[in-house]
Amino acid sequence: MPPVFGVLFDGLAYGMLLFLLSVGLSVTLGMMNFVNLAHCSFAMLGGYVTVTLMNALGWPFLATLPVAFVAAAAASMVLERVFFRRFYRASDLEQCLLTIGVVFVSIAAAAYIYGTDQQPLQLPAYLRGSFVFAGLNFAAYRLFLIAVALCITIALIAGIEATRFGAQVRAAVNNQRMARGLGINVDVLFAITFALGSGLAGLGGALAVAMVGLDPSFAFTYLIYVLIVVSVGGLGSIAGSFAAAMVLGLSDIAGKYYVPAIGSVLIYLVMIVLLMWRPLGLFGRR
Amino acid sequence: MIPKSGIRFSEEIMRQQSPMTDQALAAPRDYLQAQIRWQWGEIVFWLATLLPFVLTPSYLVLASQIAITALFALSLDLILGFCGIVSLGHAAYFGVGAYTAGLLSKWGFGEPLSGLVLAALAAGIFGYLSSFIIARFRHLALIMLTLGLALLLQEIANSASWLTGGSDGLQGIHTWPIFGRFRFDLYGYTAYTYSLALLFVVFLVARRLIHSPFGLALRGIRENTTRMPAIGAAIRGHIRTIYTIAAAIAGIAGALLAQTTETVSLEVLGFQRSADVLVMLILGGTGRLYGGLIGAAVYMIARDQFSGLNPQFWYFWIGLILIAVVMLLPGGILGGLSRLASRAKDKP
Repeated sequence: MPPVFGVLFDGLAYGMLLFLLSVGLSVTLGMMNFVNLAHCSFAMLGGYVTVTLMNALGWPFLATLPVAFVAAAAASMVLERVFFRRFYRASDLEQCLLTIGVVFVSIAAAAYIYGTDQQPLQLPAYLRGSFVFAGLNFAAYRLFLIAVALCITIALIAGIEATRFGAQVRAAVNNQRMARGLGINVDVLFAITFALGSGLAGLGGALAVAMVGLDPSFAFTYLIYVLIVVSVGGLGSIAGSFAAAMVLGLSDIAGKYYVPAIGSVLIYLVMIVLLMWRPLGLFGRR
Repeated sequence: MIPKSGIRFSEEIMRQQSPMTDQALAAPRDYLQAQIRWQWGEIVFWLATLLPFVLTPSYLVLASQIAITALFALSLDLILGFCGIVSLGHAAYFGVGAYTAGLLSKWGFGEPLSGLVLAALAAGIFGYLSSFIIARFRHLALIMLTLGLALLLQEIANSASWLTGGSDGLQGIHTWPIFGRFRFDLYGYTAYTYSLALLFVVFLVARRLIHSPFGLALRGIRENTTRMPAIGAAIRGHIRTIYTIAAAIAGIAGALLAQTTETVSLEVLGFQRSADVLVMLILGGTGRLYGGLIGAAVYMIARDQFSGLNPQFWYFWIGLILIAVVMLLPGGILGGLSRLASRAKDKP
């Protein structure tokens, strides 16, 4: 296998994963300016749901994915109604602190229930291993991941661009007050978007288990990556999140592969340079 | 919002059009003078910091840790509480200070006071350089940049293991006696005296700074970044100055930790430390100088008491406390106390 192709393929799969994990946060941040650091806690919840259903109840892998989505969406809805709703007009600092509090609690809860070990996950036979096509080696699971993420991206873009709901979301992201003035119920819209975004994170978390593993620190480790994607991509921009996730996924994998000495430094450097060049993100408008 | 500030604005214009009498000049000066005056509560607070020597001499090591953490929280309060810069990466400067002091000592120069000065200098220089980035941004980009700089530094320290010892930490630090006379003992007498003295000195400097016209300008930046340039304040310059000062203070705190514990690990740069100090500051109350001090004491004592617990459970409670403080007690412990005090005053 030519290493260039292998690195590209891995980077692409990793970027897709980052995109799934972060797109929900990007849209909700763009709409309400609500800094939700607990986003990856929902992803972690999705991961644990999948692991539990498969290992304890013997569900097939594919059947657990929708459940992970629904579980994360439902949990986020409860939190949004009980806590987050009161803080839309609060300062960045208060939002950060509230959601960091949620992250701490979720990590402790996960450690209490599941322990701090990596969770084992046995993929079904058709997603294990790899196959050779046109002289190139494809890992089946990465291919599956890329296919799922691409389908979701297309569905998202179609939903945002072509449906009435999508038009309302775009309006609310562009100018929340004007959208309210036009009679769009932004609060309800936001609650739905928030649930959908967290559900996507839950799905991303479920898909991430087989690729990057799952332990209680997931909520923090990937929070940093997700925040990088969101801030580099630009708030509220799906295309921006996609581009940023690809850039970061590729540069992270390529960095670790080619220059292992500074590999882990590279992703932060890329972020700082990109943010200094465009503080609002690659596709940010405000 | 708009009409209110409009009225205030026109008042100011009227005031400026009237000839500047001595009285008009005296009003702001009197205000600042009144702020500078020492309150009884403050004197009692500083006297209480001496209590561990007599009441709990077996806890002096913990007390010195609290003093160091309080110093670190104070430095975060300067930028967050007074200038509104939310930082998730303040441990970067703490770590620079700690590694500077640790490396100096490892290379055979363990004199504590000059080590502190050099550590403050190193952290201050790094703070000054990064302040050029910090001063240009607000909101999410700012939070991400502070976080990114700290993570970057930690990764660099991790990979430069020939210098920092990597994940094993810095070994072989030996701190000389202070003034060549006072050795660092096992019980923490010297460590606590040393840390407390530095905390007090730095606190005096910070207190003077906050109650100066410069400190007033900082609060203006916190309240309204659009209006401050309009009334002629160089906000980026102010932010750069205070950020550099706060970085140097964080460096002193880091150096103190390195000198009193004689170890430096990668954890001094970690996200956990940045998050912890933020939690302490919020717990105590931001923008009050004493908030970080009280928050650090409460947090560290509680952690010491619960240290038998699994650290994971400790974070469960910290998470709950954070949520509770943000939802029920904005302004932290001191904010709640001052509300109680003002309510008692209203009710004669």
